[in-house]
Amino acid sequence: MVRANYWKKGLMLAVGLTLLFIADVTLGSISIPISSVLSGLFSQSTSNFSEIIWQFRMPKAITCLLAGAALATGGLLMQTLFRNALAGPDVLGLSSGASLMVAVVLMVGQSSLGVLAAVASHPWSQVIAASFGGMLVFTIMVTLSRFVQDNTALLIIGLMISAATSSLVAMLQFVSRSEDLQSYIIWSMGSVGSTNWQEVRVLGFAVILGIGIAYSQIKSLNALLLGESYARSLGIKIARSRLWIVISTSVLAGAVTAFCGPIAFVGLAVPHLVRLAVPTSNHKILLPLAAMGGASMLLFCDLLAHLPNRTQVLPINVITSLIGAPLVIWMIMRNKKVSV
Amino acid sequence: MISTQQLCVGFRTGSTAHTLFEGLDLHLPAGELVCFMGSNGVGKSTLLKTLAGLLPPLAGKIIGLDKNVALVLTDKITATNMTVYELVSFGQYPYLDWRVDFSASQQEIIEAAIRQVRLESLQHRKINELSDGQLQLVMIAKALAQQTPVILLDEPTAHLDLNNRVEVMNLLRSLSRKMNKSILVATHELDLALQTADRVWLATGDKKIKTGIPEDLVLDGTFDEVFQFKGFDLKTGKVEHEAHRNIKVQLAGTGYPFLWTKNALERSGYDVAEEAVIQITVYGESKTQWKMAGSLYESLSDLLAVLRLQ
Repeated sequence: MVRANYWKKGLMLAVGLTLLFIADVTLGSISIPISSVLSGLFSQSTSNFSEIIWQFRMPKAITCLLAGAALATGGLLMQTLFRNALAGPDVLGLSSGASLMVAVVLMVGQSSLGVLAAVASHPWSQVIAASFGGMLVFTIMVTLSRFVQDNTALLIIGLMISAATSSLVAMLQFVSRSEDLQSYIIWSMGSVGSTNWQEVRVLGFAVILGIGIAYSQIKSLNALLLGESYARSLGIKIARSRLWIVISTSVLAGAVTAFCGPIAFVGLAVPHLVRLAVPTSNHKILLPLAAMGGASMLLFCDLLAHLPNRTQVLPINVITSLIGAPLVIWMIMRNKKVSV
Repeated sequence: MISTQQLCVGFRTGSTAHTLFEGLDLHLPAGELVCFMGSNGVGKSTLLKTLAGLLPPLAGKIIGLDKNVALVLTDKITATNMTVYELVSFGQYPYLDWRVDFSASQQEIIEAAIRQVRLESLQHRKINELSDGQLQLVMIAKALAQQTPVILLDEPTAHLDLNNRVEVMNLLRSLSRKMNKSILVATHELDLALQTADRVWLATGDKKIKTGIPEDLVLDGTFDEVFQFKGFDLKTGKVEHEAHRNIKVQLAGTGYPFLWTKNALERSGYDVAEEAVIQITVYGESKTQWKMAGSLYESLSDLLAVLRLQ
């Protein structure tokens, strides 16, 4: 029946994801034969390949996997909550908040204030700053979400916070030194290759937590598709569900922004691509597919960012939008329609 | 079954309360179809949402209110990737946990609800491929799948053509009988309500609701007061026509052909009288014909064209 079709597409996506993951570990500035990848994975040899795989390629590939899954899940949650096709994980303003704090640390801290300079010199400085900024906006949003009645108001507040923080960042950019400015711009272009194992573990914990919360809200998410009045008449506690959905998205988007910078587009595009490929509105099917789709998309973009046999690596944001935009346009043209 | 005691309905903006209805003692009996009527903006939707527990009452109480009330609202369903079956299955959501797994007996309930509205052939269609009338039937099936003793519907026949309106109202009436449900329909479609409702709640415009069986409210003039009809005579069920031509016509005939001929003459501004110089006879067996001044006419438009020349 219809359900079997979903399983088939899910399986295809899982196979694609596995292949992309292997490719991401194998290909790069130095191509590693698959046999060496496998031996490097399963034996404790200390060959150069093994070193590259375990210290660089694996953390990077796992970061792609986690970040892609997190962003796509967050995007799906926001599109459903706001019933808005243009919503993404960044509509709550979290990545803007993170950007602001990173900008403060990178552009102001390094040059002047003692405390901030100490923070800035810490190896986790960007992660801490981004987490702090994200959490600040998150606290504001959760507090406000308890007072505003409808979701559209929440969406507008999120956009306003983004606008306000962006202008603060612009102000900081205007007054900062050019070398500090450059390190901020590089951060804002996103990166999946700078995480070590410890960071991957923290990111993994946050992503599993966020996706776990999202799964607990499947029933509410489905009911929200009918609008708030119908959802409430079906016994859904809207205020509580909204809080959990906001928390889930914040954890997901916040963690990814902290470790990888503001990665654009994946969260917006992947849920659409999934819905166009698998026409269902059931979040029980959409959530796992979006997570796998997001992971595949980011792995694919990372593959393109590492031009084979070159040492230069393009920023991930350049690729995500460049690949994602035509892909979504093509899918929409083919299906004539886009929906939430 | 729902009843209310001194219910006061409205909404709050800030610290001020806007009262739409007050002191309501209403009763929604099982097995009856009740039409809730009133002019636009009188607060029909607000009362419905209050009865459903979506809005808190300003004062008074509602007895028999379940947290799970089957509602059919005017809200548009924008989700497009959703099948008829999926939409009806939402009716069982109040009985599900977070995993959203339907048991075999729940699936049977959903399928039975789809059968009740006779949409079995469409159950795997996407809802955006349905007509407005079909979508309304799906929403009613969703309400049935919710298995509540009470169903509240807000303007379920709006945007439907006459045929679909009659279908929806007849379905609701037969459901109220067969399944012993209390069904409340907010509507402003007078003709349909008068002919199908077991009971009418009529918002009288002074924050009160008058209840009764439709015929009583017609005969005691309550409807006339509320609706302030402009050219519509409720007691005959017809639109009033002015005999602006000042020409009397005498009409002879029987049955429907007679009634429709009379209608056409009055609409065209003739006064159909007991006795007049112009005499028209309607013949109707298998084919209707009209005779006037010795000539036979095959259609009313021919007859009216000749009549206008006189």
